[in-house]
Amino acid sequence: MIPRKADRILIQGITGKQGSFWSKAMQDYGSTIVAGVNPAKAGSEHLGVPVFASAREAAKSTPFDIACMFIPPMLAKVAAIDACEAGAKLLVCLTEHIPAHDVMEMHVAARATGTRIVGPNTAGLVTVGECFIGIMPAFNDRVFRPGHVGVISRSGSLGTLVSLNLTQSGLGQSVFYGVGGDPMIGTNTADALRILDGDAGTHAIVLCGEIGGTAEEEAADYARSMTKPVVAFLAGRQSPPDKKMGHAGAIVSGGKGDYASKRKALEDAGVTVADLPSQIPALIAARLTATASNDAPRSPR
Amino acid sequence: MNFEEHAAKPLMALNGITVPPSRLALDPVEAEAAAAAIGPCVVKAQVPAGKRGKAGGIKLAANPAEARRHAEAIIGLVIGGWPVEKVLIEAQTPIARELYAAIVNDSASKGPMLLFSPMGGMDVEEAAAADPAAMRRLPIAIEHGLGAATAHKAISGLGLEAVAPALVDVLLNLYRAYRSLDAELIEINPLVVTPDNRVIALDCKLTIDDSAASRQVQAAALAAPVQQTVLEAKAAEAGLKYIELGGEVGVLANGAGLTMTTMDVIAHYGGQPANFLEIGGEAYTKSKVALSILLENPNVKSLLVNFCGAFARTDVMAEGVINAWEDLKPEIPIFFSIHGTGADAAVALVKSRLGIEPFDLMDDAVKAAVAAAAGRTQA
Repeated sequence: MIPRKADRILIQGITGKQGSFWSKAMQDYGSTIVAGVNPAKAGSEHLGVPVFASAREAAKSTPFDIACMFIPPMLAKVAAIDACEAGAKLLVCLTEHIPAHDVMEMHVAARATGTRIVGPNTAGLVTVGECFIGIMPAFNDRVFRPGHVGVISRSGSLGTLVSLNLTQSGLGQSVFYGVGGDPMIGTNTADALRILDGDAGTHAIVLCGEIGGTAEEEAADYARSMTKPVVAFLAGRQSPPDKKMGHAGAIVSGGKGDYASKRKALEDAGVTVADLPSQIPALIAARLTATASNDAPRSPR
Repeated sequence: MNFEEHAAKPLMALNGITVPPSRLALDPVEAEAAAAAIGPCVVKAQVPAGKRGKAGGIKLAANPAEARRHAEAIIGLVIGGWPVEKVLIEAQTPIARELYAAIVNDSASKGPMLLFSPMGGMDVEEAAAADPAAMRRLPIAIEHGLGAATAHKAISGLGLEAVAPALVDVLLNLYRAYRSLDAELIEINPLVVTPDNRVIALDCKLTIDDSAASRQVQAAALAAPVQQTVLEAKAAEAGLKYIELGGEVGVLANGAGLTMTTMDVIAHYGGQPANFLEIGGEAYTKSKVALSILLENPNVKSLLVNFCGAFARTDVMAEGVINAWEDLKPEIPIFFSIHGTGADAAVALVKSRLGIEPFDLMDDAVKAAVAAAAGRTQA
């Protein structure tokens, strides 16, 4: 699901410092915020929209499609379940450091209500030139310009760098899809790839991965079936691996997760892997040119 | 946070899992006294790392004098990078079978997963890799918890009928401990069956979710110390994630993804990062304290400041860096690449207060910082 201007957004924690700052930025960019939540300020108005005690309260009078959380970690589970039960189709969870057991319960709630969770610990989603949800510098036109390259990233800062590099090279973006840096995210890199693969406005995709977990290996499985070009950059080649206790981690990951495994999986699936973020624009341009010439109608003679 | 065996086992006992009698000893004399009270024992190095047996950190002692000699040999060993400072003196347990049981956060199913194998012991990872079927993996629906039916399924058909009720109890208790402790991992290896069919946890690895520390205060107080340098400890105190590395280019960036990338790009251009230090997320206002920690590392020969602000405002971060720079007056060169949220104001601040022009391209800033660290000036 790619956010559109017509999507009605509810902001949980709209009255806080960050909630206010970013909600205003979203409104200025074109996002349609219809309501906010803060139990202590229910009945008031903030940034021109009504504030409710809960997402469920809001839904009674002010229907919404997307919920976005500016909620501290220990309160995030309750807020997320509230948003799901209030009928959010999409929940953008920006919060970092939510206890993992709480995240598991959030996913249970989302499965029950059919809500798609993006995050936790995502920097958000940008439909470039149309609307954004989260904490990305969508409004900075040296970073984001409308175009046809989709960017998927676990990390907001790396996603910003890559988008900047594309813009500096004259390649605009269609969508930035921040999947989030947590181990148990609702929409993983493979899901995001599938979503952007199905987006007519996206002609090529940059995938910004990181060492750890198996998200890039899973994304590679999907990429194998794609015709749209995909270029990847994997952060963490120089990072010392995390020391884990016990055997269970290694047993569960089965040897996946390091730089070499991810790079091989992606290259085997036809993804071009860049050594540096600054190489990405040229690699994308080259892949787009190759695709265009393959697609060009054959000369009759 | 990780827990050493001596801290983890009492938490298991509280949840109804049988562990052998034991006592912690900080020196050979204490080890001897503990062995005198306990009888024939195992002397076990206490470090938050695996493979202790293979490293010579676990030895059987028939009597107190032998326990003392083993403690003398084990204390002072370095296992998995950890100096051994204490040993657990634990009663010997007769073993008929060694099993493996664990509950772990599983990112694929976004829930808990029970792992169970009839082939416990030191080589369980190799055994699981060689014969995946030997390791049973059962996802658990967290909304229902682990039920007896699933626990029975985990152990069925493995010749464990005689101890099935006791084993099922252990698994259910293990799950209870996992949930009540906000564990990321509880691993019992080996989980032994005695010749008289008792089920006893001979070892326990426990990792509790750092994000849950504020609601696990009691358990958190028992966590193993974190291995860190003086500067790393100072950074942790300030709420910053700082890892000292061997190189000479100091790195200050925002967000883990960008920081890792910066390190990769430094290496690509022939340099080595001196540290990992990220000030993203809520920590973005702490760039002053971050910089002062970074500059205390005497290996740092040049400093690279790489900001790509999304949530983190680069103007706030840059102002912190500039304040610290003016206070500390370091004699190393500094290079900036600043983009994203607040970049215009940040670039203007750097120019006006430090008289330095930030680079338009991150790669150029990296190249300059690498060259300066190597004592070269950029051509």
